[in-house]
Amino acid sequence: MKIVLVNYGAGNIKSLQFALERLGVQGVLSSNPIEIKNADKVIFPGVGEASSAMKKLKETGLDVLIPQLKQPVLGICLGMQLMCSRTEEGNTVGLGIFDVTIKRFKNTLKVPQMGWNTLENMNSGLFNEIDSGYYMYSVHSYYADLCKDTIAQTTYGIPYSCALNKNNFYGVQFHPEKSSKAGSQILSNFLEL
Amino acid sequence: MLTKRIIPCLDVKDGRTVKGVNFVNLRDAGDPIELAIKYADQNADELVFLDISATEQKRKTLTELVRKVAQAIDIPFTVGGGISSVEDVEVLLQNGADKVSINSAAVKRPELINELAAKFGSQCIVVAMDAKQINGEWKIHLVGGKVPTEINLFDWAIEVAKRGAGEILFTSMDHDGTKNGFANKALAKMSQEVNIPVIASGGAGITKHFIDAFTEGKADAALAASIFHFGEIAVPDLKKELKKHQIAVRL
Repeated sequence: MKIVLVNYGAGNIKSLQFALERLGVQGVLSSNPIEIKNADKVIFPGVGEASSAMKKLKETGLDVLIPQLKQPVLGICLGMQLMCSRTEEGNTVGLGIFDVTIKRFKNTLKVPQMGWNTLENMNSGLFNEIDSGYYMYSVHSYYADLCKDTIAQTTYGIPYSCALNKNNFYGVQFHPEKSSKAGSQILSNFLEL
Repeated sequence: MLTKRIIPCLDVKDGRTVKGVNFVNLRDAGDPIELAIKYADQNADELVFLDISATEQKRKTLTELVRKVAQAIDIPFTVGGGISSVEDVEVLLQNGADKVSINSAAVKRPELINELAAKFGSQCIVVAMDAKQINGEWKIHLVGGKVPTEINLFDWAIEVAKRGAGEILFTSMDHDGTKNGFANKALAKMSQEVNIPVIASGGAGITKHFIDAFTEGKADAALAASIFHFGEIAVPDLKKELKKHQIAVRL
């Protein structure tokens, strides 16, 4: 199985590669459109600021390529947020795969949300063998509202989408690669899709 | 519900884990990779890995060790010690660190926080601050607590948050190594002053100290070293006890 991690110069790819290695597979870092198109699975990682990340995607044409992909695609953290229609961060237009706007948490909460929070109302094969109440590790200041593509939610002040799915596209707000055994199970479920 | 985090800290010098009392008198506490694996298995929520010799000896953090620890564990992992530039951070992140902790370098050149936040995102920038009370006022200290400054702890906390720090790691030097409890009043004040998460550090001795840090101190996370390394408190026991006291933890 060929797993490609989309390389657009944003984010900490290494911990994701190590997590895949622990599952016995290799994640190849690539920005090559042909290599990405031909992969069995594509992971779209990302940390950092939305508008500059989107700018990098545009410079390499990946903004056009990613929504056209046919194989299972998993966006993680900022990757998931960029797959949505737009984000309040830097007032950025996203890839428009998920029809939801990314908003900033209210300042009555500590922002960023940093740490382990529970999964609720999961509704997808991505969460096979994962029970409600399992903990995932997240670090983020922006969130996706609940919407028709929501396949799991988490509550931080308000309930939000911690996972989205539409057709072959999946997105998770948390970091499965840093979420202990349960996170590893979710990555493994994605590889099984 | 977002849980309170328990963070074992691995102070590393020359490839071994060490722990001192009031920042001096270091004693050996084992192999950092073995300890990292043990803590991840025990449901520790994060690890902090501080190369405590780094600033003092002006040398870079032990990149290879960072890589081995990151390969071995599946929980988040912060690296600090001697970080003074965008390039330093890049190397650490490339080797598997999830966050970096900066301390003296940020005090010397606060713009570094803005630069790091812009390049890597606030989520991976922890600003560590060591402070103690001088005539009743909390003052920032540098170089592993050896050099006092005139900077007020809370002013500095507000400034680093404005500049884009994602989290503050506050070590009270008055409490560190004493096992008499965390600096809860100062912690609570800091949580009032800033909107980013605060990690309590320095003074953990018994389970009650953690309960107090989360309730009175309003801390988002608590960090300790020797009590975990020397087996005085096991992470799973600590978390069970916290849960009994209605503190949200990941079990």
